[in-house]
Amino acid sequence: MKHRRMSDRLFSLTVYALLSGLALTIVLPMMQVLTISVSPLAVVNRYGFHLIPTAFDFSGYRQVFHKQTIWTGYENTLIRTVLGTSITIVMTFLGAYPLSKRQLPHRAFWTGFIVLTMFFSGGLIPSYMLVKNIGLMNTVWSLVLPGAVSAFMLLIVRNFIGSLPESLEESAKIDGANDVYILWKIVVPLSMPILATVALYAAVDHWNAWFDSMLYIRQEKKQVLQLILRKIIIDGTADPSTTGAADAMNAPTNSQAMKMAALVVTMLPIMCVYPFLQKYFVKGTLLGSVKG
Amino acid sequence: MIRRYYAYRYFFLMLLPVVAYFAVFHYAPIYGVLMAFQDFRVLKGISGSEFVGLKHFRELFSGLYFVPVLKNTLIINAYKLLFGFPAPIVLALLINEVMRPGFKRIVQTISYLPHFLSWIVLSGIVIEALSPSRGPINIVLMELGLKPVFFLADTHWFRTVLVSTAVWKNVGFSAIIYLAAIAGINADMYEAAEVDGIGRLQKMYYITLPAIAPVIVIMVILTSGSIINDDFDQIFNLLNANVSSVGDVISTYTYSEGIAKMNYSYAAAVGLFKNVAALVAVLSANFIARRFSDNTIL
Repeated sequence: MKHRRMSDRLFSLTVYALLSGLALTIVLPMMQVLTISVSPLAVVNRYGFHLIPTAFDFSGYRQVFHKQTIWTGYENTLIRTVLGTSITIVMTFLGAYPLSKRQLPHRAFWTGFIVLTMFFSGGLIPSYMLVKNIGLMNTVWSLVLPGAVSAFMLLIVRNFIGSLPESLEESAKIDGANDVYILWKIVVPLSMPILATVALYAAVDHWNAWFDSMLYIRQEKKQVLQLILRKIIIDGTADPSTTGAADAMNAPTNSQAMKMAALVVTMLPIMCVYPFLQKYFVKGTLLGSVKG
Repeated sequence: MIRRYYAYRYFFLMLLPVVAYFAVFHYAPIYGVLMAFQDFRVLKGISGSEFVGLKHFRELFSGLYFVPVLKNTLIINAYKLLFGFPAPIVLALLINEVMRPGFKRIVQTISYLPHFLSWIVLSGIVIEALSPSRGPINIVLMELGLKPVFFLADTHWFRTVLVSTAVWKNVGFSAIIYLAAIAGINADMYEAAEVDGIGRLQKMYYITLPAIAPVIVIMVILTSGSIINDDFDQIFNLLNANVSSVGDVISTYTYSEGIAKMNYSYAAAVGLFKNVAALVAVLSANFIARRFSDNTIL
Protein backbone atom coordinates (compact mmCIF):
# COMPACT_ATOMS: atom_id res chain seq x y z
CA MET A 1 0.00 0.00 0.00
CA LYS A 2 2.82 2.36 0.84
CA HIS A 3 4.39 1.67 -2.54
CA ARG A 4 1.15 2.58 -4.30
CA ARG A 5 0.78 5.85 -2.45
CA MET A 6 4.35 6.69 -3.48
CA SER A 7 3.57 6.09 -7.15
CA ASP A 8 0.39 8.17 -6.87
CA ARG A 9 2.34 11.03 -5.38
CA LEU A 10 4.89 10.84 -8.18
CA PHE A 11 2.01 10.83 -10.66
CA SER A 12 0.51 13.90 -9.02
CA LEU A 13 3.83 15.70 -9.16
CA THR A 14 4.19 14.93 -12.87
CA VAL A 15 0.69 16.25 -13.57
CA TYR A 16 1.32 19.56 -11.80
CA ALA A 17 4.72 19.93 -13.45
CA LEU A 18 3.39 19.33 -16.97
CA LEU A 19 0.47 21.71 -16.53
CA SER A 20 2.68 24.43 -15.05
CA GLY A 21 5.02 23.92 -17.99
CA LEU A 22 2.21 24.49 -20.47
CA ALA A 23 1.10 27.63 -18.64
CA LEU A 24 4.67 28.94 -18.69
CA THR A 25 4.94 28.53 -22.48
CA ILE A 26 2.07 31.00 -22.71
CA VAL A 27 2.94 33.36 -19.84
CA LEU A 28 6.67 33.78 -20.55
CA PRO A 29 6.30 35.01 -24.15
CA MET A 30 3.59 37.41 -22.99
CA MET A 31 5.92 38.77 -20.30
CA GLN A 32 8.65 39.18 -22.89
CA VAL A 33 6.36 41.10 -25.24
CA LEU A 34 5.23 43.40 -22.43
CA THR A 35 8.80 43.95 -21.23
CA ILE A 36 10.17 44.80 -24.69
CA SER A 37 7.27 47.18 -25.29
CA VAL A 38 8.30 49.35 -22.32
CA SER A 39 12.08 49.01 -22.60
CA PRO A 40 14.61 51.53 -23.95
CA LEU A 41 16.73 50.54 -26.95
CA ALA A 42 19.84 49.73 -24.90
CA VAL A 43 17.90 47.19 -22.84
CA VAL A 44 16.16 45.69 -25.88
CA ASN A 45 19.50 44.99 -27.56
CA ARG A 46 21.16 43.54 -24.47
CA TYR A 47 21.76 39.79 -24.46
CA GLY A 48 19.70 37.78 -22.00
CA PHE A 49 16.16 37.19 -20.78
CA HIS A 50 13.71 40.08 -21.08
CA LEU A 51 10.91 38.89 -18.86
CA ILE A 52 10.72 41.70 -16.30
CA PRO A 53 11.32 45.36 -17.19
CA THR A 54 14.54 46.77 -15.73
CA ALA A 55 14.18 50.26 -17.18
CA PHE A 56 11.16 52.07 -18.56
CA ASP A 57 10.76 53.98 -21.79
CA PHE A 58 7.31 54.49 -23.22
CA SER A 59 8.42 55.95 -26.54
CA GLY A 60 7.18 52.76 -28.24
CA TYR A 61 3.63 53.48 -27.12
CA ARG A 62 4.02 57.15 -28.02
CA GLN A 63 5.02 56.16 -31.58
CA VAL A 64 2.09 53.78 -31.85
CA PHE A 65 -0.43 56.35 -30.69
CA HIS A 66 0.97 58.85 -33.17
CA LYS A 67 0.18 56.53 -36.04
CA GLN A 68 -3.03 57.64 -37.69
CA THR A 69 -3.59 54.12 -39.06
CA ILE A 70 -3.79 52.60 -35.57
CA TRP A 71 -6.74 54.87 -34.77
CA THR A 72 -8.52 54.32 -38.09
CA GLY A 73 -7.78 50.60 -37.72
CA TYR A 74 -9.36 50.53 -34.26
CA GLU A 75 -12.38 52.39 -35.57
CA ASN A 76 -12.79 50.10 -38.59
CA THR A 77 -12.45 46.99 -36.44
CA LEU A 78 -15.06 48.30 -34.00
CA ILE A 79 -17.44 49.14 -36.84
CA ARG A 80 -17.10 45.76 -38.51
CA THR A 81 -17.39 43.93 -35.20
CA VAL A 82 -20.60 45.69 -34.19
CA LEU A 83 -22.17 45.69 -37.64
CA GLY A 84 -21.04 42.15 -38.50
CA THR A 85 -22.16 40.66 -35.20
CA SER A 86 -25.58 42.32 -35.44
CA ILE A 87 -26.11 41.03 -38.98
CA THR A 88 -25.00 37.55 -37.90
CA ILE A 89 -27.42 37.40 -34.97
CA VAL A 90 -30.40 38.65 -36.97
CA MET A 91 -29.74 36.46 -40.00
CA THR A 92 -28.99 33.35 -37.94
CA PHE A 93 -32.24 33.75 -36.04
CA LEU A 94 -34.23 34.48 -39.23
CA GLY A 95 -32.97 31.20 -40.67
CA ALA A 96 -33.17 29.11 -37.53
CA TYR A 97 -36.70 29.94 -36.38
CA PRO A 98 -38.65 28.87 -39.51
CA LEU A 99 -36.50 25.76 -39.87
CA SER A 100 -37.28 24.77 -36.27
CA LYS A 101 -40.97 24.42 -37.23
CA ARG A 102 -41.62 20.76 -37.87
CA GLN A 103 -44.64 21.47 -40.08
CA LEU A 104 -42.75 23.78 -42.44
CA PRO A 105 -43.30 22.62 -46.06
CA HIS A 106 -40.18 20.95 -47.48
CA ARG A 107 -38.32 21.56 -44.25
CA ALA A 108 -35.72 18.89 -45.07
CA PHE A 109 -34.99 20.46 -48.44
CA TRP A 110 -34.52 23.97 -47.06
CA THR A 111 -32.35 22.67 -44.24
CA GLY A 112 -30.30 20.64 -46.70
CA PHE A 113 -29.87 23.68 -48.93
CA ILE A 114 -28.06 25.36 -46.05
CA VAL A 115 -26.27 22.32 -44.61
CA LEU A 116 -24.73 21.38 -47.96
CA THR A 117 -22.55 24.49 -47.83
CA MET A 118 -20.79 23.04 -44.79
CA PHE A 119 -19.30 20.30 -46.92
CA PHE A 120 -18.35 22.08 -50.08
CA SER A 121 -17.35 25.61 -50.98
CA GLY A 122 -16.18 27.40 -54.07
CA GLY A 123 -12.84 28.37 -52.64
CA LEU A 124 -10.82 31.54 -52.47
CA ILE A 125 -10.75 32.64 -56.10
CA PRO A 126 -14.48 32.28 -56.95
CA SER A 127 -15.39 34.01 -53.68
CA TYR A 128 -13.00 36.83 -54.43
CA MET A 129 -14.45 37.21 -57.93
CA LEU A 130 -17.96 37.30 -56.50
CA VAL A 131 -17.19 40.12 -54.05
CA LYS A 132 -15.49 41.99 -56.86
CA ASN A 133 -18.35 41.48 -59.31
CA ILE A 134 -21.16 42.56 -57.01
CA GLY A 135 -19.32 45.75 -56.18
CA LEU A 136 -18.46 45.22 -52.53
CA MET A 137 -14.76 46.00 -52.95
CA ASN A 138 -13.48 48.74 -50.65
CA THR A 139 -16.64 48.75 -48.54
CA VAL A 140 -17.31 47.46 -45.05
CA TRP A 141 -19.91 45.11 -46.60
CA SER A 142 -17.11 42.99 -48.07
CA LEU A 143 -16.04 42.32 -44.47
CA VAL A 144 -19.43 41.58 -42.90
CA LEU A 145 -21.54 39.94 -45.62
CA PRO A 146 -19.54 36.99 -47.03
CA GLY A 147 -19.27 35.25 -43.65
CA ALA A 148 -22.53 36.55 -42.19
CA VAL A 149 -24.17 33.20 -41.45
CA SER A 150 -22.46 30.01 -40.42
CA ALA A 151 -24.52 26.97 -41.42
CA PHE A 152 -23.18 25.16 -38.37
CA MET A 153 -24.27 27.89 -35.94
CA LEU A 154 -27.64 28.12 -37.66
CA LEU A 155 -28.19 24.41 -37.07
CA ILE A 156 -27.29 24.75 -33.41
CA VAL A 157 -29.71 27.65 -32.96
CA ARG A 158 -32.40 25.74 -34.88
CA ASN A 159 -31.98 22.73 -32.60
CA PHE A 160 -32.09 24.97 -29.55
CA ILE A 161 -35.33 26.67 -30.60
CA GLY A 162 -36.78 23.31 -31.65
CA SER A 163 -36.15 21.97 -28.17
CA LEU A 164 -38.20 24.71 -26.49
CA PRO A 165 -41.51 23.29 -25.27
CA GLU A 166 -44.18 23.74 -27.93
CA SER A 167 -46.85 24.15 -25.28
CA LEU A 168 -45.50 27.64 -24.57
CA GLU A 169 -46.42 28.88 -28.03
CA GLU A 170 -49.71 26.96 -28.04
CA SER A 171 -50.91 28.33 -24.74
CA ALA A 172 -50.01 31.87 -25.84
CA LYS A 173 -52.04 31.29 -28.99
CA ILE A 174 -55.02 30.13 -26.96
CA ASP A 175 -54.71 33.30 -24.93
CA GLY A 176 -55.13 35.20 -28.17
CA ALA A 177 -51.53 36.28 -28.82
CA ASN A 178 -50.65 36.79 -32.48
CA ASP A 179 -47.58 35.33 -34.20
CA VAL A 180 -45.52 38.49 -33.98
CA TYR A 181 -46.24 38.79 -30.26
CA ILE A 182 -45.28 35.13 -29.69
CA LEU A 183 -42.07 35.58 -31.64
CA TRP A 184 -41.05 38.78 -29.94
CA LYS A 185 -42.18 38.06 -26.38
CA ILE A 186 -41.62 34.31 -26.09
CA VAL A 187 -39.28 32.83 -28.70
CA VAL A 188 -36.69 35.63 -28.86
CA PRO A 189 -36.26 36.02 -25.07
CA LEU A 190 -35.99 32.24 -24.62
CA SER A 191 -33.38 32.05 -27.39
CA MET A 192 -31.20 34.71 -25.80
CA PRO A 193 -28.63 32.34 -24.26
CA ILE A 194 -27.87 30.68 -27.60
CA LEU A 195 -27.94 33.96 -29.51
CA ALA A 196 -25.48 35.42 -27.00
CA THR A 197 -23.13 32.52 -27.71
CA VAL A 198 -23.44 33.09 -31.46
CA ALA A 199 -22.75 36.79 -30.89
CA LEU A 200 -19.63 36.14 -28.81
CA TYR A 201 -18.12 33.82 -31.39
CA ALA A 202 -18.93 36.22 -34.22
CA ALA A 203 -17.50 39.17 -32.31
CA VAL A 204 -14.17 37.45 -31.61
CA ASP A 205 -13.94 36.33 -35.23
CA HIS A 206 -14.53 39.87 -36.44
CA TRP A 207 -12.06 41.35 -33.99
CA ASN A 208 -9.35 38.94 -35.17
CA ALA A 209 -10.15 38.94 -38.90
CA TRP A 210 -7.69 40.51 -41.32
CA PHE A 211 -7.47 38.45 -44.51
CA ASP A 212 -10.70 39.80 -45.97
CA SER A 213 -9.49 43.31 -45.28
CA MET A 214 -6.26 42.51 -47.12
CA LEU A 215 -8.17 41.03 -50.07
CA TYR A 216 -11.00 43.46 -50.49
CA ILE A 217 -9.91 46.81 -49.05
CA ARG A 218 -7.38 48.86 -50.99
CA GLN A 219 -7.37 52.11 -49.04
CA GLU A 220 -5.23 52.04 -45.92
CA LYS A 221 -7.58 54.23 -43.91
CA LYS A 222 -10.35 51.65 -44.33
CA GLN A 223 -8.26 48.70 -43.16
CA VAL A 224 -8.78 46.88 -39.88
CA LEU A 225 -6.52 46.94 -36.85
CA GLN A 226 -5.11 43.45 -37.28
CA LEU A 227 -3.89 44.25 -40.78
CA ILE A 228 -2.31 47.50 -39.61
CA LEU A 229 -0.56 45.47 -36.90
CA ARG A 230 0.59 42.98 -39.51
CA LYS A 231 2.17 45.78 -41.51
CA ILE A 232 3.93 47.09 -38.43
CA ILE A 233 5.28 43.86 -36.98
CA ILE A 234 5.67 41.42 -39.85
CA ASP A 235 6.37 43.47 -42.92
CA GLY A 236 8.00 46.43 -41.27
CA THR A 237 6.80 48.24 -44.40
CA ALA A 238 3.49 49.31 -45.88
CA ASP A 239 3.26 46.50 -48.43
CA PRO A 240 0.77 43.86 -47.29
CA SER A 241 1.43 41.43 -50.14
CA THR A 242 4.88 40.31 -49.03
CA THR A 243 5.48 37.83 -46.26
CA GLY A 244 8.66 38.50 -44.42
CA ALA A 245 8.90 37.18 -40.89
CA ALA A 246 12.65 36.71 -41.25
CA ASP A 247 13.16 40.05 -42.97
CA ALA A 248 11.40 41.72 -40.09
CA MET A 249 13.76 40.03 -37.67
CA ASN A 250 16.82 41.10 -39.64
CA ALA A 251 15.77 44.74 -39.58
CA PRO A 252 17.53 46.97 -37.06
CA THR A 253 15.70 46.44 -33.80
CA ASN A 254 15.30 50.04 -32.73
CA SER A 255 11.65 49.75 -33.74
CA GLN A 256 11.18 46.60 -31.66
CA ALA A 257 9.66 48.39 -28.68
CA MET A 258 7.22 50.11 -31.01
CA LYS A 259 6.26 46.81 -32.65
CA MET A 260 5.63 45.15 -29.32
CA ALA A 261 3.66 48.19 -28.13
CA ALA A 262 1.43 47.85 -31.20
CA LEU A 263 1.00 44.17 -30.39
CA VAL A 264 -0.03 44.96 -26.81
CA VAL A 265 -2.46 47.65 -27.97
CA THR A 266 -4.11 45.16 -30.36
CA MET A 267 -4.47 42.25 -27.96
CA LEU A 268 -5.32 44.22 -24.82
CA PRO A 269 -9.11 44.37 -25.37
CA ILE A 270 -9.32 40.60 -25.87
CA MET A 271 -7.06 39.88 -22.90
CA CYS A 272 -9.17 42.06 -20.63
CA VAL A 273 -12.45 40.56 -21.73
CA TYR A 274 -11.91 36.85 -22.31
CA PRO A 275 -11.32 35.68 -18.71
CA PHE A 276 -14.78 36.97 -17.81
CA LEU A 277 -16.52 35.54 -20.85
CA GLN A 278 -14.75 32.18 -20.99
CA LYS A 279 -17.61 30.26 -19.43
CA TYR A 280 -19.90 31.32 -22.29
CA PHE A 281 -17.34 30.18 -24.84
CA VAL A 282 -17.02 26.88 -23.02
CA LYS A 283 -20.80 26.50 -23.18
CA GLY A 284 -20.63 27.31 -26.88
CA THR A 285 -18.20 24.53 -27.78
CA LEU A 286 -20.29 22.03 -25.88
CA LEU A 287 -23.48 23.06 -27.68
CA GLY A 288 -21.68 22.35 -30.93
CA SER A 289 -20.82 18.86 -29.81
CA VAL A 290 -24.44 17.76 -29.55
CA LYS A 291 -25.32 15.64 -32.53
CA GLY A 292 -28.04 17.39 -34.53
CA MET B 1 -48.95 22.53 -51.72
CA ILE B 2 -49.29 26.21 -52.59
CA ARG B 3 -51.84 26.50 -49.81
CA ARG B 4 -49.36 25.04 -47.30
CA TYR B 5 -46.69 27.48 -48.42
CA TYR B 6 -49.26 30.27 -48.12
CA ALA B 7 -50.06 29.20 -44.57
CA TYR B 8 -46.36 29.47 -43.74
CA ARG B 9 -45.78 32.64 -45.78
CA TYR B 10 -44.42 34.66 -42.87
CA PHE B 11 -41.93 31.95 -42.02
CA PHE B 12 -40.74 31.90 -45.61
CA LEU B 13 -40.53 35.66 -45.56
CA MET B 14 -38.10 35.27 -42.65
CA LEU B 15 -36.23 32.52 -44.42
CA LEU B 16 -35.94 34.45 -47.68
CA PRO B 17 -32.96 36.68 -46.82
CA VAL B 18 -31.09 33.68 -45.41
CA VAL B 19 -31.73 31.55 -48.51
CA ALA B 20 -30.69 34.52 -50.65
CA TYR B 21 -27.53 34.87 -48.58
CA PHE B 22 -26.56 31.23 -49.10
CA ALA B 23 -27.43 31.41 -52.80
CA VAL B 24 -25.27 34.48 -53.34
CA PHE B 25 -22.32 33.90 -51.01
CA HIS B 26 -22.09 30.12 -51.10
CA TYR B 27 -23.77 28.73 -54.21
CA ALA B 28 -22.60 31.44 -56.61
CA PRO B 29 -18.92 30.72 -55.76
CA ILE B 30 -19.62 27.01 -56.26
CA TYR B 31 -20.90 27.91 -59.74
CA GLY B 32 -17.78 30.06 -60.06
CA VAL B 33 -15.69 26.90 -59.72
CA LEU B 34 -16.37 26.44 -63.45
CA MET B 35 -13.54 28.90 -64.04
CA ALA B 36 -11.14 26.10 -63.07
CA PHE B 37 -12.10 24.45 -66.37
CA GLN B 38 -11.71 27.65 -68.39
CA ASP B 39 -9.11 30.17 -69.40
CA PHE B 40 -10.96 32.72 -67.33
CA ARG B 41 -10.82 36.36 -68.40
CA VAL B 42 -12.19 38.91 -65.95
CA LEU B 43 -13.76 41.06 -68.66
CA LYS B 44 -15.51 38.12 -70.33
CA GLY B 45 -16.74 36.50 -67.12
CA ILE B 46 -17.63 32.85 -66.74
CA SER B 47 -20.22 32.86 -69.49
CA GLY B 48 -17.82 34.35 -72.04
CA SER B 49 -14.55 32.63 -71.17
CA GLU B 50 -13.28 29.70 -73.18
CA PHE B 51 -13.55 26.18 -71.76
CA VAL B 52 -10.27 24.26 -71.75
CA GLY B 53 -11.31 21.08 -69.98
CA LEU B 54 -8.75 19.65 -67.57
CA LYS B 55 -5.82 21.74 -68.82
CA HIS B 56 -5.16 23.37 -65.45
CA PHE B 57 -5.42 20.10 -63.57
CA ARG B 58 -2.88 18.53 -65.92
CA GLU B 59 -0.64 21.53 -65.35
CA LEU B 60 -1.08 21.04 -61.61
CA PHE B 61 0.50 17.60 -61.63
CA SER B 62 2.93 17.96 -64.50
CA GLY B 63 4.21 21.42 -63.49
CA LEU B 64 7.14 22.00 -61.17
CA TYR B 65 5.38 23.95 -58.46
CA PHE B 66 2.25 22.27 -57.19
CA VAL B 67 3.57 18.83 -56.25
CA PRO B 68 6.13 20.16 -53.70
CA VAL B 69 3.38 22.39 -52.27
CA LEU B 70 1.06 19.41 -51.94
CA LYS B 71 3.86 17.46 -50.27
CA ASN B 72 4.52 20.28 -47.78
CA THR B 73 0.81 20.48 -47.01
CA LEU B 74 0.45 16.77 -46.35
CA ILE B 75 3.62 16.56 -44.24
CA ILE B 76 2.79 19.59 -42.09
CA ASN B 77 -0.83 18.51 -41.64
CA ALA B 78 0.11 14.93 -40.85
CA TYR B 79 2.40 16.14 -38.06
CA LYS B 80 -0.23 18.60 -36.84
CA LEU B 81 -2.75 15.76 -36.59
CA LEU B 82 -0.22 13.37 -35.07
CA PHE B 83 0.61 15.78 -32.23
CA GLY B 84 -2.38 18.11 -32.27
CA PHE B 85 -5.05 15.44 -32.03
CA PRO B 86 -3.87 13.59 -28.90
CA ALA B 87 -2.61 16.76 -27.17
CA PRO B 88 -6.01 18.04 -25.94
CA ILE B 89 -6.96 14.52 -24.83
CA VAL B 90 -3.79 14.29 -22.75
CA LEU B 91 -4.36 17.81 -21.42
CA ALA B 92 -7.93 16.97 -20.42
CA LEU B 93 -6.73 13.81 -18.66
CA LEU B 94 -4.08 15.83 -16.81
CA ILE B 95 -6.47 18.62 -15.81
CA ASN B 96 -8.90 15.99 -14.57
CA GLU B 97 -6.25 14.73 -12.16
CA VAL B 98 -5.78 18.15 -10.53
CA MET B 99 -7.41 18.26 -7.11
CA ARG B 100 -6.97 21.98 -6.38
CA PRO B 101 -9.81 23.94 -8.07
CA GLY B 102 -7.81 27.20 -7.99
CA PHE B 103 -4.84 25.73 -9.85
CA LYS B 104 -7.18 24.05 -12.30
CA ARG B 105 -8.99 27.30 -13.10
CA ILE B 106 -5.80 29.31 -13.55
CA VAL B 107 -4.21 26.74 -15.84
CA GLN B 108 -7.37 26.48 -17.94
CA THR B 109 -7.79 30.23 -18.25
CA ILE B 110 -4.18 30.66 -19.31
CA SER B 111 -4.41 27.78 -21.76
CA TYR B 112 -7.41 29.39 -23.52
CA LEU B 113 -5.59 32.67 -24.17
CA PRO B 114 -3.84 31.85 -27.49
CA HIS B 115 -7.14 30.57 -28.88
CA PHE B 116 -8.63 34.07 -28.63
CA LEU B 117 -5.74 35.85 -30.33
CA SER B 118 -5.28 36.18 -34.09
CA TRP B 119 -2.34 34.57 -35.87
CA ILE B 120 -1.06 38.06 -36.58
CA VAL B 121 -0.74 38.76 -32.87
CA LEU B 122 0.54 35.25 -32.21
CA SER B 123 3.12 35.38 -34.99
CA GLY B 124 4.40 38.65 -33.51
CA ILE B 125 4.73 36.89 -30.17
CA VAL B 126 6.33 33.80 -31.72
CA ILE B 127 8.84 35.84 -33.73
CA GLU B 128 9.85 37.70 -30.57
CA ALA B 129 9.94 34.59 -28.36
CA LEU B 130 12.10 32.67 -30.85
CA SER B 131 14.44 35.60 -31.45
CA PRO B 132 18.07 34.43 -31.66
CA SER B 133 19.21 37.09 -29.17
CA ARG B 134 16.30 37.49 -26.73
CA GLY B 135 14.26 34.31 -27.01
CA PRO B 136 14.32 32.17 -23.87
CA ILE B 137 14.97 28.93 -25.81
CA ASN B 138 17.98 30.41 -27.60
CA ILE B 139 19.37 31.90 -24.39
CA VAL B 140 19.19 28.47 -22.77
CA LEU B 141 20.91 26.96 -25.83
CA MET B 142 23.68 29.55 -25.63
CA GLU B 143 24.14 29.07 -21.89
CA LEU B 144 24.62 25.38 -22.66
CA GLY B 145 27.36 26.34 -25.09
CA LEU B 146 25.32 25.63 -28.21
CA LYS B 147 24.73 27.90 -31.16
CA PRO B 148 21.47 29.88 -31.25
CA VAL B 149 18.96 28.66 -33.84
CA PHE B 150 17.12 31.01 -36.18
CA PHE B 151 14.02 28.78 -35.92
CA LEU B 152 11.80 30.73 -38.32
CA ALA B 153 14.40 30.99 -41.07
CA ASP B 154 15.83 27.48 -40.82
CA THR B 155 14.39 24.89 -43.19
CA HIS B 156 15.11 22.15 -40.65
CA TRP B 157 13.11 23.86 -37.95
CA PHE B 158 10.30 25.71 -39.69
CA ARG B 159 7.82 22.83 -39.81
CA THR B 160 8.53 22.04 -36.17
CA VAL B 161 7.66 25.65 -35.34
CA LEU B 162 4.41 25.41 -37.34
CA VAL B 163 3.36 22.17 -35.67
CA SER B 164 4.28 23.18 -32.13
CA THR B 165 2.73 26.66 -32.30
CA ALA B 166 -0.48 25.20 -33.77
CA VAL B 167 -0.69 22.70 -30.92
CA TRP B 168 0.15 25.46 -28.44
CA LYS B 169 -2.63 27.73 -29.76
CA ASN B 170 -5.39 25.12 -29.80
CA VAL B 171 -4.67 22.59 -27.08
CA GLY B 172 -6.34 24.44 -24.21
CA PHE B 173 -9.59 25.22 -25.94
CA SER B 174 -9.85 21.85 -27.67
CA ALA B 175 -9.53 20.10 -24.31
CA ILE B 176 -12.92 21.50 -23.24
CA ILE B 177 -14.92 18.92 -25.13
CA TYR B 178 -12.95 16.04 -23.62
CA LEU B 179 -13.22 17.53 -20.14
CA ALA B 180 -16.99 17.64 -20.56
CA ALA B 181 -16.99 14.00 -21.64
CA ILE B 182 -14.88 13.09 -18.60
CA ALA B 183 -17.25 14.98 -16.31
CA GLY B 184 -20.05 12.74 -17.54
CA ILE B 185 -18.37 9.53 -16.37
CA ASN B 186 -20.17 7.71 -13.59
CA ALA B 187 -18.22 8.23 -10.34
CA ASP B 188 -19.17 4.74 -9.13
CA MET B 189 -16.64 3.25 -11.51
CA TYR B 190 -13.79 5.13 -9.89
CA GLU B 191 -15.00 4.15 -6.44
CA ALA B 192 -15.16 0.50 -7.41
CA ALA B 193 -11.64 0.77 -8.81
CA GLU B 194 -10.46 2.34 -5.57
CA VAL B 195 -11.88 -0.56 -3.59
CA ASP B 196 -9.85 -2.84 -5.82
CA GLY B 197 -6.77 -0.79 -4.94
CA ILE B 198 -6.06 0.52 -8.44
CA GLY B 199 -3.62 3.43 -8.85
CA ARG B 200 -4.42 6.75 -10.49
CA LEU B 201 -2.53 6.08 -13.71
CA GLN B 202 -4.39 2.79 -14.20
CA LYS B 203 -7.74 4.46 -13.50
CA MET B 204 -6.95 6.98 -16.20
CA TYR B 205 -6.06 4.23 -18.63
CA TYR B 206 -8.75 1.66 -17.86
CA ILE B 207 -11.74 3.87 -16.99
CA THR B 208 -11.41 7.44 -18.24
CA LEU B 209 -9.94 6.76 -21.67
CA PRO B 210 -12.44 4.04 -22.74
CA ALA B 211 -15.31 6.17 -21.42
CA ILE B 212 -14.45 9.10 -23.70
CA ALA B 213 -13.66 6.90 -26.73
CA PRO B 214 -16.95 7.76 -28.55
CA VAL B 215 -16.13 11.47 -28.35
CA ILE B 216 -12.64 10.75 -29.67
CA VAL B 217 -14.08 8.89 -32.68
CA ILE B 218 -16.38 11.79 -33.53
CA MET B 219 -13.50 14.24 -33.24
CA VAL B 220 -11.43 12.05 -35.60
CA ILE B 221 -14.16 12.37 -38.23
CA LEU B 222 -14.56 16.10 -37.72
CA THR B 223 -10.82 16.77 -37.98
CA SER B 224 -10.08 14.36 -40.83
CA GLY B 225 -10.53 17.11 -43.43
CA SER B 226 -7.57 18.93 -41.91
CA ILE B 227 -5.15 16.50 -43.55
CA ILE B 228 -5.54 18.69 -46.66
CA ASN B 229 -7.03 21.90 -45.23
CA ASP B 230 -4.04 23.89 -44.04
CA ASP B 231 -4.09 26.89 -41.73
CA PHE B 232 -3.61 29.88 -44.02
CA ASP B 233 -3.66 32.43 -41.18
CA GLN B 234 -0.82 30.73 -39.37
CA ILE B 235 1.43 29.85 -42.26
CA PHE B 236 0.99 33.07 -44.22
CA ASN B 237 2.05 35.09 -41.19
CA LEU B 238 5.07 32.97 -40.31
CA LEU B 239 6.27 32.11 -43.82
CA ASN B 240 9.29 33.92 -45.26
CA ALA B 241 11.54 33.57 -48.29
CA ASN B 242 14.12 31.46 -46.40
CA VAL B 243 11.70 28.64 -45.68
CA SER B 244 9.17 28.76 -48.51
CA SER B 245 10.63 25.51 -49.88
CA VAL B 246 9.37 23.64 -46.81
CA GLY B 247 6.51 25.89 -45.69
CA ASP B 248 4.58 26.91 -48.81
CA VAL B 249 1.24 25.08 -48.64
CA ILE B 250 -1.87 24.85 -50.80
CA SER B 251 -3.64 27.89 -49.36
CA THR B 252 -0.62 30.19 -49.46
CA TYR B 253 0.13 28.91 -52.97
CA THR B 254 -3.47 29.55 -54.07
CA TYR B 255 -3.20 33.07 -52.72
CA SER B 256 0.07 33.89 -54.43
CA GLU B 257 -1.00 32.35 -57.76
CA GLY B 258 -4.57 33.63 -57.76
CA ILE B 259 -4.50 37.00 -56.04
CA ALA B 260 -0.90 38.17 -56.37
CA LYS B 261 -0.18 36.77 -59.88
CA MET B 262 -3.82 36.78 -61.05
CA ASN B 263 -3.70 33.28 -62.59
CA TYR B 264 -7.37 32.95 -61.68
CA SER B 265 -8.23 29.71 -63.44
CA TYR B 266 -5.11 27.88 -62.30
CA ALA B 267 -5.60 29.00 -58.69
CA ALA B 268 -9.28 28.04 -58.82
CA ALA B 269 -8.20 24.58 -59.98
CA VAL B 270 -5.84 24.34 -57.00
CA GLY B 271 -8.68 25.35 -54.69
CA LEU B 272 -11.12 22.90 -56.25
CA PHE B 273 -8.63 20.06 -55.92
CA LYS B 274 -8.23 20.90 -52.22
CA ASN B 275 -11.97 21.12 -51.54
CA VAL B 276 -12.70 17.81 -53.25
CA ALA B 277 -9.85 16.13 -51.38
CA ALA B 278 -11.13 17.49 -48.06
CA LEU B 279 -14.64 16.25 -48.80
CA VAL B 280 -13.31 12.80 -49.69
CA ALA B 281 -11.30 12.73 -46.45
CA VAL B 282 -14.32 13.55 -44.28
CA LEU B 283 -16.61 11.12 -46.08
CA SER B 284 -14.12 8.27 -45.87
CA ALA B 285 -13.41 8.91 -42.18
CA ASN B 286 -17.17 8.84 -41.59
CA PHE B 287 -17.46 5.62 -43.63
CA ILE B 288 -14.68 3.91 -41.70
CA ALA B 289 -16.15 5.03 -38.39
CA ARG B 290 -19.51 3.57 -39.43
CA ARG B 291 -17.88 0.24 -40.22
CA PHE B 292 -16.23 -0.02 -36.83
CA SER B 293 -18.49 1.81 -34.41
CA ASP B 294 -21.82 3.58 -34.08
CA ASN B 295 -20.33 7.02 -33.69
CA THR B 296 -20.72 8.96 -36.91
CA ILE B 297 -21.66 12.48 -37.84
CA LEU B 298 -23.63 11.69 -40.99
